[in-house]
Amino acid sequence: MKKKKRNRVIPGFGLTMGITVTMLSLLILLPLASVLIRSFELTPAEFWETITRSNVVGAFQTSILCALLAAAINCVFGLILAWILVRYDFPGKRLIDGMIELPFALPTAVAGITLAKMYSDQGVLGQALNRIGIQGSYSRVGLVIALVFVGIPFVVRSIQPVLRKLPPSCEEAALTLGASKGFTFRHVILPELTPALLTGFGLALARGIGEYGSVIYISGNSAKNGTQVVSYVIMQKLNSGSADYVGAAAIALVLLAISFLLMLLLNMVQWFAARRTQ
Amino acid sequence: MKRTKKSRLSAGQIALTVTGVLFFAVMLVWPLAEVLYRSLKDGWALYWSAVTAENTLSALRVTLLAAVIALLVDTFFALAASWLLTKFDFRGKSLLTTLIDIPFSISPVIAGLSFIMMFGRNGLATPVVNWFNDTFGVDIALVFSIPGVVLATIFVTFPYVLRELLPAMNLQGRAEEEAAAQLGAGGLAIFRRVTLPHIKWSLIYGMVLCAARAFGEFGAVYAVSKARGETFTLPLEVDALYMSGGAEAITQAFAVSSILVLMALVMLILKNIAEWRARKSSEQEE
Amino acid sequence: MNCNLLKSKKQIKTAALGLCVCLLAGALTGCGASSGETSEEGSEVIELLNVSYDPTREFYAAYNELFTAYYEETYGVTVEVTQSHGGSGSQARSVIEGNEADVVTLALAHDITLIEDEGMIDEGWIDEFENNSSPYTSTIVFLVRAGNEKNIQDWDDLLQEDVDIITPDPKSSGGACWNFLAAWYYAQQQYGDDESQIKEFMHSLYANVLVMDSGARGATTTFVENGQGDVLIAWENEALQTMEDYPDEYEIITPSVSILAEPSVAIVDENVADHGTAEVAEEYLEYLYTDEAQRLIGEYYYRPTNEEILNEFSDVFDLDVELCTIDDFGGWDAAYEKFFQDDAIFDEIYNS
Repeated sequence: MKKKKRNRVIPGFGLTMGITVTMLSLLILLPLASVLIRSFELTPAEFWETITRSNVVGAFQTSILCALLAAAINCVFGLILAWILVRYDFPGKRLIDGMIELPFALPTAVAGITLAKMYSDQGVLGQALNRIGIQGSYSRVGLVIALVFVGIPFVVRSIQPVLRKLPPSCEEAALTLGASKGFTFRHVILPELTPALLTGFGLALARGIGEYGSVIYISGNSAKNGTQVVSYVIMQKLNSGSADYVGAAAIALVLLAISFLLMLLLNMVQWFAARRTQ
Repeated sequence: MKRTKKSRLSAGQIALTVTGVLFFAVMLVWPLAEVLYRSLKDGWALYWSAVTAENTLSALRVTLLAAVIALLVDTFFALAASWLLTKFDFRGKSLLTTLIDIPFSISPVIAGLSFIMMFGRNGLATPVVNWFNDTFGVDIALVFSIPGVVLATIFVTFPYVLRELLPAMNLQGRAEEEAAAQLGAGGLAIFRRVTLPHIKWSLIYGMVLCAARAFGEFGAVYAVSKARGETFTLPLEVDALYMSGGAEAITQAFAVSSILVLMALVMLILKNIAEWRARKSSEQEE
Repeated sequence: MNCNLLKSKKQIKTAALGLCVCLLAGALTGCGASSGETSEEGSEVIELLNVSYDPTREFYAAYNELFTAYYEETYGVTVEVTQSHGGSGSQARSVIEGNEADVVTLALAHDITLIEDEGMIDEGWIDEFENNSSPYTSTIVFLVRAGNEKNIQDWDDLLQEDVDIITPDPKSSGGACWNFLAAWYYAQQQYGDDESQIKEFMHSLYANVLVMDSGARGATTTFVENGQGDVLIAWENEALQTMEDYPDEYEIITPSVSILAEPSVAIVDENVADHGTAEVAEEYLEYLYTDEAQRLIGEYYYRPTNEEILNEFSDVFDLDVELCTIDDFGGWDAAYEKFFQDDAIFDEIYNS
């Protein structure tokens, strides 16, 4: 009670609460409510049937699998990038640091058509991949590449601040005490970085599962080859002449639930991390 | 002392650096170069005609309009919400935060879908919109129109400013505001004179990111904008050209893409300036 | 300093409210500006929105120039035609959901029926213009890479194990529906009434589909620009256009039987009533049947429905190919229900 009173010393609680809730409701929750309302037009059995159709399940598998893989790749390379950007000096470092957010600023459609061209049979990188027997564009490989592209900044930017705070003296101490480099990394550095790494991983994953613009050009959108992603299936239902809104809403609801769960988990990770440092 | 130690890298460190830089070059720099190369492949004349085509200019106008409105709305929201979330404790705060983060993590396609299902001709809220139009004698359409594009852009960019603002506001704490309030200052004055100077650059940083995201939105806008030359944004124009088939149209698609690349690079430069200023101002405080 | 800090809560509220109003006003003026141009009466510029399907981009760009010149000369009024292109099904859907089309020029009659079912187009639209409201027709052919390495001559060659096919998704593309029906008709001739064998045939065919784009144009891009697949099941006009762009790189194979694709046009009665554009819209579609427009149609590789003009292009089109029509399937409504509805035959053979 006392605490509550202290809180209200600063003015504007009611006003900001009003603005926040109103804008959130009108601009975000109201449109989203249609997804809920429409999916409730289905009986649970129909709902289940809609989301367990083979092409829908296939699309979920593709989206989740590719997003997981891309997020994992990003964790490895994101960690390396963050590490060299924080710890080492080399020419061009500032430029790289400044450009990490490029995938974020570059429209996904532009990234999509560019990557599709680069990794197609006529692109330089596509030919290079072909030579070692991998098809770039129009395959799951292409999908993963596109998702790696959009996910880079999430991981790098999550790790960097933590790494900056982690003094090199810790590692040095461990090293002088005779610990091996591998041991030091696993037992001294990695535990400190885990929450940040998880956050970056989760953000990249959430983005990857729902991604549309950058993947539709590079994936073949073929259910047979397992390159149809969930957002494509939703768009397909939305675009077919006999629009199946209810079906689209049902799939969207599952996708929403997944991202909501991911965000919840992320918030929990951050909360645990904050508690641990305290 | 520290510097010299840092700059002399061991073999392993060099290998690590090379790996990182290579990854960066292949994944990020190459696509940029590819856009520029492909846009200029067939000469300047074609490039220039693509960039100055009527449809491109119209798309640029729509893109900028949508981005500016979205930016204003998002910033206003971010200021209110960050005040609420950092200056007060209340029940349901984490739920609220998670709800605000929704657009950040959901597929833009869902945004498009929900707009159509809510405001389309057969939409759930369409009777309300029609009633509004009839009552006030206006003719507002919330899908397949400029307002539809704006709304979709707002939806996908909604939490972007806030997300950058929150850490700065949290860092700053409440003590100064509480002191000012106890001295009897009004909220707006506290905000303007006490809070704003601390968070100015973080705010600008968030706004730059938000604008960058608004320029590039594709999935959501794609669902609610169908008329080329009227409601198309630049990314949609890129898609239309790319889908036009012919080799020339694809080059034009990359030419229009290069405008977006340029806009992205400008945003990155602004972002870095804002970031640098933000760091400097927080260092000064320490 | 302290004095300056003293500001009442009321002021904040008014300020915030003011900002809200400003934002709202900004948004509203935005819409006002966009809708104002079209509704202004008595102005010299009439705006028309033509919602069409994918491969007609180039044709309508040229036709709009022809038409606006004609209209300006005859009536002294400028018409500005805005185009919208995409998969035929998705375009129909967008009109149903509020895309304010004055005219629709879609890939198949069924997509227009969908709009009719919403009460936006009056019944009997199909008889409003000549030839079932189809000013041009086309058919389905194969486009293969020069040399025809896989030796594809007819529909059954598509079933060879190593053939990769590019064809769009019938769920969103009208052209893809025609593709499907043409193949079905061929199989029907082979197997007679044995539907399970026909389905088996179709299943093997669709098992070879490498990339399934959402529209015919996307499929062409995938095949031509991105070099995927061995054969594109394409609109004849798309195939001929590609041949013109890349004469030495592709070959057109005309299968033994194909289908007479009749893309339909219609006025969206509800929207033209709103916009006051009924006359212009009618004139716009009527003009498609004039000799000038029919010749333009031929130049863009659609088959003119005017026999005389079609014969002028006899060196371009293979006029001897056997063509079935949608009537062989009992009309579009029956065909759509039987094949393309959710859980209908297409889903059955594609997902099995």
